[in-house]
Amino acid sequence: MKKNRRSFLKVAGLSVFALSSGLGSLAGEAKADVAPGKYEAEPLGRKPLAAKRWAMVIDTRKFKSADDYKPLIDACHKEHNVPRIRGAQNAEGHDDQEIKWLWLDKFDHAFPDEMNEYLTPKIKAQVFPMLCNHCTNPPCVRVCPTQATYKLPNGIVTMDYHRCIGCRFCMAGCPYGARSFNFVDPRKYLPEQVPNPKFPTRMIGVVEKCTFCVERLDKGMMPACVEASGGRILFGDLEDPNSVVRKALAENFTIRRKPSLGTQPGVYYII
Amino acid sequence: MVEKLLEGSKRYYYWLLFLVGVIAVCGIVYIYQLINGLGVTGMSRDVSWGLYISQFTYLVGVAASAVMLVLPAYFHHYQKFKIMIIFGEFMAIAAVVMCCLFIVVDLGQPQRALNVLLHPTPNSVMFYDMIVLMGYLLINAIVGWTTLEAERHDTPYPTWCKYLAYLSIVWAFSIHTVTAFLYAGIPGRHYWLTAIMAARFLSSAFCSGPAILLLLILLLRRLTGFNPGKVAIRTLATIITYAMCLNVFFYLLEVFTAYYSGIPGHSAPLTFLFAGYEGVTSWVTGFMWVAVFCTVICLTILINPNTRTGSYMPLALILLVLGTWIDKGLGLLIGGFTPNMYEGITLYLPTAREIAVAIGVYAVGALVLSLLWKIALGVKYEVGHFDGDEGDEAEAEAH
Amino acid sequence: MYNKTAVIAGIVAFLVICSSPFWCGFSSDSYKKPEIVTQKDKNKECVEDVAFMRAEHMQLLNEWRDQALRNGSRVYVNAKGKKFDISLQNTCLKCHNNYEEFCDKCHKTNNVEPYCWTCHILPKGSK
Repeated sequence: MKKNRRSFLKVAGLSVFALSSGLGSLAGEAKADVAPGKYEAEPLGRKPLAAKRWAMVIDTRKFKSADDYKPLIDACHKEHNVPRIRGAQNAEGHDDQEIKWLWLDKFDHAFPDEMNEYLTPKIKAQVFPMLCNHCTNPPCVRVCPTQATYKLPNGIVTMDYHRCIGCRFCMAGCPYGARSFNFVDPRKYLPEQVPNPKFPTRMIGVVEKCTFCVERLDKGMMPACVEASGGRILFGDLEDPNSVVRKALAENFTIRRKPSLGTQPGVYYII
Repeated sequence: MVEKLLEGSKRYYYWLLFLVGVIAVCGIVYIYQLINGLGVTGMSRDVSWGLYISQFTYLVGVAASAVMLVLPAYFHHYQKFKIMIIFGEFMAIAAVVMCCLFIVVDLGQPQRALNVLLHPTPNSVMFYDMIVLMGYLLINAIVGWTTLEAERHDTPYPTWCKYLAYLSIVWAFSIHTVTAFLYAGIPGRHYWLTAIMAARFLSSAFCSGPAILLLLILLLRRLTGFNPGKVAIRTLATIITYAMCLNVFFYLLEVFTAYYSGIPGHSAPLTFLFAGYEGVTSWVTGFMWVAVFCTVICLTILINPNTRTGSYMPLALILLVLGTWIDKGLGLLIGGFTPNMYEGITLYLPTAREIAVAIGVYAVGALVLSLLWKIALGVKYEVGHFDGDEGDEAEAEAH
Repeated sequence: MYNKTAVIAGIVAFLVICSSPFWCGFSSDSYKKPEIVTQKDKNKECVEDVAFMRAEHMQLLNEWRDQALRNGSRVYVNAKGKKFDISLQNTCLKCHNNYEEFCDKCHKTNNVEPYCWTCHILPKGSK
């Protein structure tokens, strides 16, 4: 009896210890900061752009061809040092292992749920831009085993490349094919002097994607593609009824990619 | 008991040497992949998982299948399985080791793998998969080793070990269920988004795992004379037959739902796998039809009680393993990723280097299995538990 | 005891291998703090004092990363109240622009290989 009680106490004590230490880390208890200073959001110089839920409206009527989108894609890929792998001479990888943050495809590939067989010749010929949808219920965040990808309070789904283990579960999880994996060393496909020396590149073996230019928003700048679009892409707060995006949504018929999956994409298309 | 490893024939040492050689060569290929990245594989932006993860999935099934011996023995006190439980448990250990290695070789940044523990994420199925796999490894190692030790000293194993074995039964179901949840919880991948995924995984595991075990035991009988006993073989073959029938039934349920509902997303992967999609046919179609052929032949042999344990049984088992491997080790992943997220086709073909790394992992598994089984056989030989038919003959005489 | 020689030889070999770092350490030169070039402008002050930076810069960088990426706090206010943009590439390396004589020298002496530069861009002129 005595022995039983003692062993029970031992086990109970151990379990309480294990649970408390486990729960502590699960709850993400903040560790004591090493730095003696403080942290602030207010950037030096410009005011940060803030929103409750960032969203994007793309007016595809105002883009005539793929060439119209090219400056936007170039701006995005230059801003973030995105390497160009497709068509490059490479020994290791192959074309399908490319990196894309903002890219184009035909209507039936961009919106496979829209199954009308007979489309207007204009829509049939048109290409549509695709990027990360910054979903309200992002499957990529749900499946990531290390919280390397996470959703910010302002609705942006972004990544910490330092923490990514390269398991690619998020790529299987994303219904929009918005994620790219660095199958090869991206630096090998960038010039010696990278396009934007103020922004890092990525390393081999991590996943990356569009970040809605969160680093620019924090410094008070609009996303690179929005800036380059000359007003053809609108960006604003979905929860603010007076924002440009809400006005555009109120005045135009818009569609989103694969809305039936319940992810609530944050990118709207005026067709 | 470890000393049993050192008492072997020349053939045993040559076998080990061969495996070490394979591991070394494939290890070099892996180091090449580590330096140059997963670009050396056939995977791509649209088919982002390939051979490695599919082998992982198949082997979780093999690991879980040990329960098909443990459950009848511990829950139903089925004595005939007692002689070979240890082989099932040790095979589960080798399978889990291979699972872990397949995950590691699939990671883009393997040196950061422990981030999964550093930043535990309860909403990720991968997190639970890691926990249940590690737990299963530990439970099987403890139960296997303790029961073998007890058998060697001819004493009953401790009571806690029995409860741990009960736990291992529940745990075995959980590891494969969690692995199925990796796939079944993902929106937008029609081939995987099905509630029957876990049931399909378990049924395919419970026929293929015991089939591999039985084949290896038959090989063992030829090589060492260890005999699991006619009755045990017959029971195991019956279990395999039932599980395979269920597996085929579950797959046909998928086929019905996909085609009768007429929802294109559901039928597209099946159409791609068996007939090609929108004019694109890949090498995998041939494999899928081979799997169908294997399934038909093996079920014909196994369902008929006269041929089930006859001389065609090994052939049936080989076909069964091949068929289930094509379904789960190739079709599952390729069907999940094709058509891709844009309803287009990105073809996947594993590269020679990718296959070499996979062979290396299998060689590590074979090495672990050989060493563990060597210990088990040594103990069985020492205590004279070498012939499963022994008791039966005495029993028959008594009657 | 059987196999006496083999067992004792094994134990001796084990002890020698395990303690080898100490023996190597005793025989090599004593540790010298590497002479590093901190920055061009001697009047400029770092985000925190030298002793703190020397000991804790790696933890500080980790903390900066998490604050900037996960909390959106992109400004660090140091103990003296001075503000800095949180950026390894655009704040730290602006002053500490001599990679070889600053980062690399100390890291090499201490035999550590942080892989910051697989992603972050080194300032012009240093590789």
